[in-house]
Amino acid sequence: MAAAALTQSLDRLRKSGLTDIFGYALLAVFAVWLIGNFVQDPKEFIQVGLIGLTNGLIFGLVALGYTLVYGILQLINFAHGDVFALSGLVASTMIVSVLGLEKDASVLAILGGMLLTLVVIMALFAFVNVTIEFVAYRRLRSAPRLAALITAIGMSFIVQNVSLALYDVNFRSVPSFIPRSEAFAVAGISYSWNKLAVVAITLPVLVFLTWFVTSTKQGKAMRAVAQDTEASAMMGIDVNRTISVTFAIAGALAGAAAIVYLLQFNMRYDTGFELGLIAFTAAVLGGIGNLSGAVLGALVIGFIQAFNEGLTWYTPGSDWTRSIVFGILIAILVFRPEGLLGERTPEGA
Amino acid sequence: MIDRLRSMDLDRKRLKRLGLPLAVILVAFLYPSYVESLQGLPAIGDFVPALGSMVIMIVFTMMAVGLNIVVGYAGLLDLGYVAFYAAGAYMAAWFASQQFDQWTFHFGSVGISKDVPGIHLSIWLVILMAGIFTMLVGILIGLPTLRLRGDYLAIVTLGFGEIIPQFVRNGDNVFGFDLTHGTFGISPIDSPGFGESLNGALGLPVSYQQSFDRARLFYLTALLLLLVTVFCSVRLRDSRLGRAWIAIREDETAAAAMGVPLMRTKTWSYALGAFFGGVAGAFYASFKSGAFPADFFFNISVFLLCMVILGGMGSVWGALLGGMILGYLNVEGLATIGSKFNEAGVNFDPTKYQFGIYGFIIVVMMLFRPSGLITERRHKQELEEGTADTPHYDVTHEGSDTDRNPSDD
Repeated sequence: MAAAALTQSLDRLRKSGLTDIFGYALLAVFAVWLIGNFVQDPKEFIQVGLIGLTNGLIFGLVALGYTLVYGILQLINFAHGDVFALSGLVASTMIVSVLGLEKDASVLAILGGMLLTLVVIMALFAFVNVTIEFVAYRRLRSAPRLAALITAIGMSFIVQNVSLALYDVNFRSVPSFIPRSEAFAVAGISYSWNKLAVVAITLPVLVFLTWFVTSTKQGKAMRAVAQDTEASAMMGIDVNRTISVTFAIAGALAGAAAIVYLLQFNMRYDTGFELGLIAFTAAVLGGIGNLSGAVLGALVIGFIQAFNEGLTWYTPGSDWTRSIVFGILIAILVFRPEGLLGERTPEGA
Repeated sequence: MIDRLRSMDLDRKRLKRLGLPLAVILVAFLYPSYVESLQGLPAIGDFVPALGSMVIMIVFTMMAVGLNIVVGYAGLLDLGYVAFYAAGAYMAAWFASQQFDQWTFHFGSVGISKDVPGIHLSIWLVILMAGIFTMLVGILIGLPTLRLRGDYLAIVTLGFGEIIPQFVRNGDNVFGFDLTHGTFGISPIDSPGFGESLNGALGLPVSYQQSFDRARLFYLTALLLLLVTVFCSVRLRDSRLGRAWIAIREDETAAAAMGVPLMRTKTWSYALGAFFGGVAGAFYASFKSGAFPADFFFNISVFLLCMVILGGMGSVWGALLGGMILGYLNVEGLATIGSKFNEAGVNFDPTKYQFGIYGFIIVVMMLFRPSGLITERRHKQELEEGTADTPHYDVTHEGSDTDRNPSDD
């Protein structure tokens, strides 16, 4: 009975708009915290913010994979994070063992090698992701939605264990052939080459994706299937092929993200789990199914993570990053289920 | 005459219905007396689990039966059940150990001297308290989130399942107060037992951990707890509340139209499912004599979910079977198989890939036999005919439609 009473009072709260007030209060606290930190040490604040921007872009690439698939199938593709990790590990093998890129290789060799790796990995993991859809999700398209979701969780564990079987538990990395030295510095705030490389790879991918979804016939088909599968099938769109294309793009994005990630961090078989959850949170934060929302959400999460781990004024620190990310996820779903840029749909509320 | 015949017929039916469970219970209770002779058998002897392993299997099965209430009955996917397990374990760690040594309080504690600092309540009381506390945690998690639809709910529960263990890990300095002792965990935790006076009067054991018969005592107690869980679970399923859960699972809108209060009913499923998680967690902590944050991670939630899916969602017997099978694989089976592989000269360690194996089981079951090993009739029907899992109308916002697919109707 206590539960019922609480429920009712919560309902009343909701109607009175008190939850909104609470939400704004949370936002205000957050703003005060940001401003406080800025005042403490503006230079450090911007420096840390740049780290956040770079990480946010990486999260964005992964988040786009979640949001594309969710938009078209209403499926949280849990395996996406693990596909990301596996593609990173394979990329490290390709860079280190197959191409043998060294730290002191010529600029041309590095650029060519990176480009080749990017193309091969993106193509390979586009194929892997399409296969996963074909094997695991296609049969369940008309099943209850939770069936597909549960399958995706199972698939996530399978992909993670494939990584484990191939690469064991050790961390993999690539030699730092893109120097971590300063690329440019403005007023004492520096930005390193390897971070610049992240931007240089990510931005063209984002531009290309936007062009693809908004301006090509296939992109139009994707949007149509996302809106109404049956109607688009009646209009002569090959739904299966469109869904396969979506999964291919998501897989390619995961591959690109993994290579970019490798430029800065180590990876191992379970890196994808945590990063996948962060990216998914970013997608929800921006409004799931919304492409620019995913990137925006990812940038916000990237900033928050960097500020939390890099700043000092009333900061919980890296021990709490995961809790903070999930706290944001829960707060978003409770206060604004449609996300920052999403339209209000019945999905969440 | 006809009446008598009919009643005989009924008796026979009842006997048939109860016969198998009673036989299983009997076999289970006698397990300690024949386990050693079973282990002595030539080919299969190595695969027979020891009593200590059985306790762990039963604890996980209890959690699977509890999770089945949420996932199976009410159709709410909970990916954070490990949070309830953790909450239960830490209740035992707080109220039956030396963690809070700034106070000394004893109530029904057994096997330790009365001047040992810390809060020491009787484990039986602590287990009950853990259940109730976890129930409250379940309600707290449920209230803001249960109005979200299926997959969103799954993600939010996953979030709580990650936040609570992280809180436990970092909780050694909550504003200067050592609440959870951080990554070291809390140990030792007091043993269950009945104390000197009950031992004198009824011959009940004083303290399990100090007994020579430790494994058998824990085994029988775990079995009793499991029986209670199963009994409650079956009775709940057939109760008014249980029928409301199944109605919601099949079609939320129709259920609401029939006067089922959605939020209250869902919250109850959360609370009651959580209750058993808390009880199992507290008992397990007392069995291991410790609560460690490393035990509580996302994979455990998926492991429990896998038990429910393998057994058959919504079926109590399925959760039991799935729990025992996977529990066995987890505790002993995979290691035994691995050592067999090793003896045969194959270098393959299945315990390393255990979660991959569980993931594989989940995918295969969902693709080829989604109703599980022991099929629940209603659930099978839903899988074949489909459920209306998107409501027609958005009940939280008056007058708005949802994007429900007309082909669902």
